[in-house]
Amino acid sequence: MKTRTGLAFLAPALILFGVFVLYPMLTAFSYAFYEWQGTSRQGFAGLSNFSALVNRAPFKTDLPRALLHNVLFFLGTMLVQNTIGLTVATLLHRRARTRRMLQTLYAMPYLVSPIVIGYLWTLLLSPTFGPVNQLLTKIGLEQFALPWLGDPKTALWVVILVSVWQWVGFPVLLYGAALGGVPEELTEAARVDGASHGQVFRRITFPLLVPAIGTVSVLTFIFAMEAFALPFAFGGSTGNPAGSTDFVSLLFYRSAFDSGAVDAIGTSSALATVLFLIIFGGAMAATKVLRRHERRMAS
Amino acid sequence: MTTTLTSADAAPADAASTGTGPRRTRRRRGRGANDPVGGAGASILLWGYAVLALAPLVIMVLNSFRTNADFITNPLGLPTSPTVAAYEEAWTVGSFGTYFANSLTVTAGAVAISTAVSTMAAYGLARGRARIFRWLESLFLSGLMLPIHLAILPVFFLFDGFGLIDSRLGLALMYAAAGVPFSIFVLTTFFRQLPEELEEAAVLDGANAWQTFWRIMVPMVRPALATVAVFRFVPIWNDFLYPLVLLRSESKYTLPVGLTNFFGENATNYSALFAGLVITTIPLIVLFLFATKQIVAGLTAGMSK
Repeated sequence: MKTRTGLAFLAPALILFGVFVLYPMLTAFSYAFYEWQGTSRQGFAGLSNFSALVNRAPFKTDLPRALLHNVLFFLGTMLVQNTIGLTVATLLHRRARTRRMLQTLYAMPYLVSPIVIGYLWTLLLSPTFGPVNQLLTKIGLEQFALPWLGDPKTALWVVILVSVWQWVGFPVLLYGAALGGVPEELTEAARVDGASHGQVFRRITFPLLVPAIGTVSVLTFIFAMEAFALPFAFGGSTGNPAGSTDFVSLLFYRSAFDSGAVDAIGTSSALATVLFLIIFGGAMAATKVLRRHERRMAS
Repeated sequence: MTTTLTSADAAPADAASTGTGPRRTRRRRGRGANDPVGGAGASILLWGYAVLALAPLVIMVLNSFRTNADFITNPLGLPTSPTVAAYEEAWTVGSFGTYFANSLTVTAGAVAISTAVSTMAAYGLARGRARIFRWLESLFLSGLMLPIHLAILPVFFLFDGFGLIDSRLGLALMYAAAGVPFSIFVLTTFFRQLPEELEEAAVLDGANAWQTFWRIMVPMVRPALATVAVFRFVPIWNDFLYPLVLLRSESKYTLPVGLTNFFGENATNYSALFAGLVITTIPLIVLFLFATKQIVAGLTAGMSK
């Protein structure tokens, strides 16, 4: 194909992607380095917007707390989701008849909007009329019929567990696919040599699953750092109760659109830049580690 | 159809999800080693987890067919005399009819635009030989993992400049652009797998580049188009931040924002809330029932780096 013809085919996508994704993405960074008076851009501000994130209210108190919640969200999701995902995928492996059906059922909640999921669980966990507490009371577990979402000590963990519940079908699917790629000659030979199921899993299957686990980790990291809609549905834009479900994206939304501060655009852009660097840096570092592992396995 | 998807990465996914291929032949000679792990206990666990995954959604649907008074007196009850009153209330009083139409217009428009421009671009990338094509391809692919929600402020001002604030068209264009990297990523691999003899024959018959593309190549990648369209539909339908920031008038709200609105004003009208949740979810469930294959293929296509 001639280069000119090829470029003509590319033009519409390039224009759309350039105008609505690349250009905003690039200017987002520049916003953070200027002084702002409302919507009018003033002089170059150096790093003063960034220092405001450390020194000034509300960032001084809210940002470390929100960041901690993002990290807990990531770690909690990783731990629970990978444990369930690996266990379920291993148990599903070789169940040729029911696997497809079960995988499909597990993936169903993934389809539903995080906003719907958040409101649905708010209704289910409502202290007075919520079916969950009603059920707990009915089967004699009154001591667990608590206002889980109303208590700042438990609300974050409800958000994390609900998120795991929604997304677990994804690792089940990916780990299932990766397990299907483990050559059975290897595991069979090890079994013939007298290795137990546990040994086969630890020494052969698990190392071969590491790339899939890595992919899930990177995607979970990005997902956890960007968390917005689900916590919004649970605790509104302020992370109720008492900021216990606040996340960096919520703080960004508040400072950009709700704060009314004169330099809101500058500081919130600085916050977006920091969050971008965390996401991008974390994802790049993890990918690098993974590549190294893959090379080691290949050699 | 998954067999044609992204060569190396989807191959194990396909073997795993269909259960055909080498496994069948091995089943005969493997004794014990190939039995399902965990036996009957594991079966109970797996089905138990399936119940856990679905129960909240089932409860949501069941309660949407009850009256509010019925729900409050017995939150654990079943819809013994099912009624659609909650749906009527949500659809008209709660404006869910309007929100639904908005969501459908924006999502369908975005998916159509995105798939159209991406198919053209993917064909260009798959067949272009010059170095600039490799460079453009990595530019598009770099967008795969961009957290585009963080660019909401510049997008807001861009839209302000174009007069696209509070516009459903603007929202659709935004989503269409956001879907370009994934669509190009999947479609390019498909086009690359098609033999070039096809086009050479078409050119000999006197077809120009556009005719070759439209008459010969596009029909060949139809399964991939379905995957891309179906898989993009879900996140656009569910997105919350962009309509929250870019739309102003209630008559233009999409379902997630409309739902938030309704939830704020009717926090104790449980049955209508459940109905609203079901209305927001039902198109995706329908989509899922008709296109499970495409959605599963899309999920595993995302795993290849």
